[in-house]
Amino acid sequence: MTTQTALNRRTFLASAAAVSGGFSLGFGVPFGGAAAQTADVPEVNAWVVVKADDTVVIRIARSEMGQGTLTGLAQLVAEELECDWSKVTTEYPTPGQNLARGRVWKNYSTGGSRGIRESHDYVRQGGAAAREMLVQAAAKEWNVPAAECSAANSVITHKGSGKTTTYGKVAAAAAKIEPPKEVKLKDPKDWKIAGKGLKRLDTKDKLTGAQIYGIDLKLPGMLVATIRDTPVNGGKLKSFDAAKVEKMPGVKKVVQVENAVAVVANTFWQARTAINALPAEWDAGAGGKVSSDDITAMLAEGLTAENAFIGNRAGDAKSAIAGAVKKVEATYSYPYQHHVTMEPMNCTALWTADKCEIWGPTQNGEAALAAAAEASGHPVAKCDVHKTLLGGGFGRRGRSDYVRQAVLIAKQMPGTPIKLVWSREEDMTHCAYHPVTQCKLTAGLDASGKVVGMHMRISGQSILASLNPQGLQNGMDPVTFQGLNPGGAEGQFGYEIPNLLIDHAMRNPHVLAGFWRGVNLNHNAIYVECFIDEMAKAAGQDPLEFRLKMGKERHMAVLKAVAEKAGYGKAPAGHFHGLAQIMGFGSYVAACAEVSVSDQGQLKIHKIVAGTNCGHAVNPAQIERQIAGSFVYGLTAALYGEVTVKDGAIEQTNFDTYNMMRIDEMPKVECVIMPTNDFWGGVGEPTIAVAAPAVLNAIFAATGKRVRSLPVMNHDLRKA
Amino acid sequence: MVAITINGKVYNTNADPRTPLLWVLRDDLGLTGTKYGCGVAQCGACTVHIDGVANRSCQVPLNSVGRRKVTTIEGLAENGKMNKVQEAWLAQDVPQCGYCQSGMIMAATALLKTTPKPTDEDIDAAMTNICRCGTYQQIRAAIHEAAKG
Ligand code: FES
Ligand code: FES
Repeated sequence: MTTQTALNRRTFLASAAAVSGGFSLGFGVPFGGAAAQTADVPEVNAWVVVKADDTVVIRIARSEMGQGTLTGLAQLVAEELECDWSKVTTEYPTPGQNLARGRVWKNYSTGGSRGIRESHDYVRQGGAAAREMLVQAAAKEWNVPAAECSAANSVITHKGSGKTTTYGKVAAAAAKIEPPKEVKLKDPKDWKIAGKGLKRLDTKDKLTGAQIYGIDLKLPGMLVATIRDTPVNGGKLKSFDAAKVEKMPGVKKVVQVENAVAVVANTFWQARTAINALPAEWDAGAGGKVSSDDITAMLAEGLTAENAFIGNRAGDAKSAIAGAVKKVEATYSYPYQHHVTMEPMNCTALWTADKCEIWGPTQNGEAALAAAAEASGHPVAKCDVHKTLLGGGFGRRGRSDYVRQAVLIAKQMPGTPIKLVWSREEDMTHCAYHPVTQCKLTAGLDASGKVVGMHMRISGQSILASLNPQGLQNGMDPVTFQGLNPGGAEGQFGYEIPNLLIDHAMRNPHVLAGFWRGVNLNHNAIYVECFIDEMAKAAGQDPLEFRLKMGKERHMAVLKAVAEKAGYGKAPAGHFHGLAQIMGFGSYVAACAEVSVSDQGQLKIHKIVAGTNCGHAVNPAQIERQIAGSFVYGLTAALYGEVTVKDGAIEQTNFDTYNMMRIDEMPKVECVIMPTNDFWGGVGEPTIAVAAPAVLNAIFAATGKRVRSLPVMNHDLRKA
Repeated sequence: MVAITINGKVYNTNADPRTPLLWVLRDDLGLTGTKYGCGVAQCGACTVHIDGVANRSCQVPLNSVGRRKVTTIEGLAENGKMNKVQEAWLAQDVPQCGYCQSGMIMAATALLKTTPKPTDEDIDAAMTNICRCGTYQQIRAAIHEAAKG
């Protein structure tokens, strides 16, 4: 497959002036390699800068938060550029620069496992165009046709004469070459850099303490702030007594930030000590009357409510179920959960009368820029965002609440850089959590055990209603139906059921819901894949056989592959297998979990075999790491993840009340990466969704106990 | 003024003597490789060595350090050469976001000092730090590799 792609000429206009103009950092910030300023060297194009010593700087718009997108995107550019991989470094162009250059780097948003799958074409074009310009520059110098020259490993060779030169030597001349109108992208089967399990580009500084995260920033004259926001979402700050703490050591200022109060001091510990001592009172508002039981009851009502948004409908599910030989019914639920990035929320802001700059970890540089501009009162063109490597994102850092706070504090101290650092306690209790839902599933089977109809009613919270109401479609949240759609490239329902109804009764408690790694796929996968096992049991069939009879081809291919590799059905004595599959974020994923449960009810997850068809596998080694990491994330949620609400406020405050899986509970993870090379799917999230249902199904196989609500720690697993 | 020895160097600090060592390192001395994750002894991101023993520095008041020698992640390399744990971490391509890894490497280095050939069970018992990115499988492999080297 070779693609001919027309290029937007403006996209590749070399414009070194725009890079250096207007957005000076103000301070030299020790970002290490990731944001080295290259404005002194003319770029070949927006994506590629080649220095005289042949170092290649590849510009990356998406945020790196551990998922490896920085390395994967660089591989795609480098592949087309034909450069020496050992000389590749990367840098982030700022969102302000992007805006000033007509969004030459396009979308900065890093979520939904979209980093690579939504930018592979234009980043590869960027690399290919730069290669052509470099080759042309060499040909021009040698006075030979460019067609007689070839490029490999950053060296350009003229066939006839055998002359060679390097990218570094012709880079300055290449910058002046007219960019090609169209470029040919390589057939992925000819890839030499992409498609390979290369090591990450950003490892070394993480091993020596040299890596600077947002929380580590130090700017000249900087002060550190910490904050306490309303304990109940929607609450109002009534009063605080600044005088009580203003004289404490190191304290510079106590400021109100909308409904929050912040202390600015020389160091975090001083700010933290003072804010803990600061008397402050909030009016909780209506949310203050709500506790977890109220939310549970609110959602339970939705399970049978008349009105619901329909996400997937085929035939007439209700009458098919009513007329079926056998009926199966079950109700499941999924709690609020917190992202818990290892690096707590933080942002550094500098506000002056004519501009505003921020530094920090964000999954969405452009949204952070918009938030900074809005809070600063300055036009966007007078603001900019300097991204730092994220100490975890998981969806949490797609929101810019902490950016807004930092700017609002800095605005009260013009000219002084303010680093706002949240305590873990503030972080745990002020989040947009994994949405809370319940699900009632009803199905009808015929005499042979075939599913003739199924109704899946989801009741619960909408992320869009919480964070982005303008994204609703006539009140409906389409994201609710992740993995349940009738078709499409993003996440279709995996089974052919002649009469099917999947609908959503939206119930929105006052607690904010947000995008949490895996998003709605997480609970949808549990509901569908555990209920499929329940139906198989009712039909007296093996869960794998049962799925294969009604599963869609690509879904089942991945499921079969994991079942085979795991030796499904042949678990060692005392161990039991459980299966799950789903399609989400454009990829097909499946898992086979192997567990045992002791007589005392102690669960041990021994091994998980995971399969993924993500279309193109840009870096299989990093995909394996994302898959293993996805199990840690998904299993932590399944075993321990539950955020509860009391009098409107979040009860869990730190790791001692919100447990995390450690290395002793880590199962052995084996991967089957089986790309079919005909589409581009995501990697960072989909596997999370199969972690819990595979384990829950294995727990049932081991104990006969059907766990229908998370977390597992709330259940007694001793055999029934 | 309190004097402490960190990575072989004596520092004098004006920090309140009750300040946790973590924050003295990070905010007063600019040694930011040691990370804040929880402040309540749960996550291990703040792990340093005190006289060679792994300690969670968020729980160590400055005035309790005395003359003992503190080693942080910045002090592991000798003459610019990373130690064998860091080398194994590099070889296994362990870090994802990397935020937990200073603490992980400090914990693993301390483990190998007392238990040069750790079993999986030894690793399970000693490595109680949290990694939210889920690099545990690579961490286990890297510790075994470092033990070989
Ligand atoms: S910050 Fe010290 S253990 Fe978490
Ligand atoms: S690598 Fe991100 S928390 Fe461990």
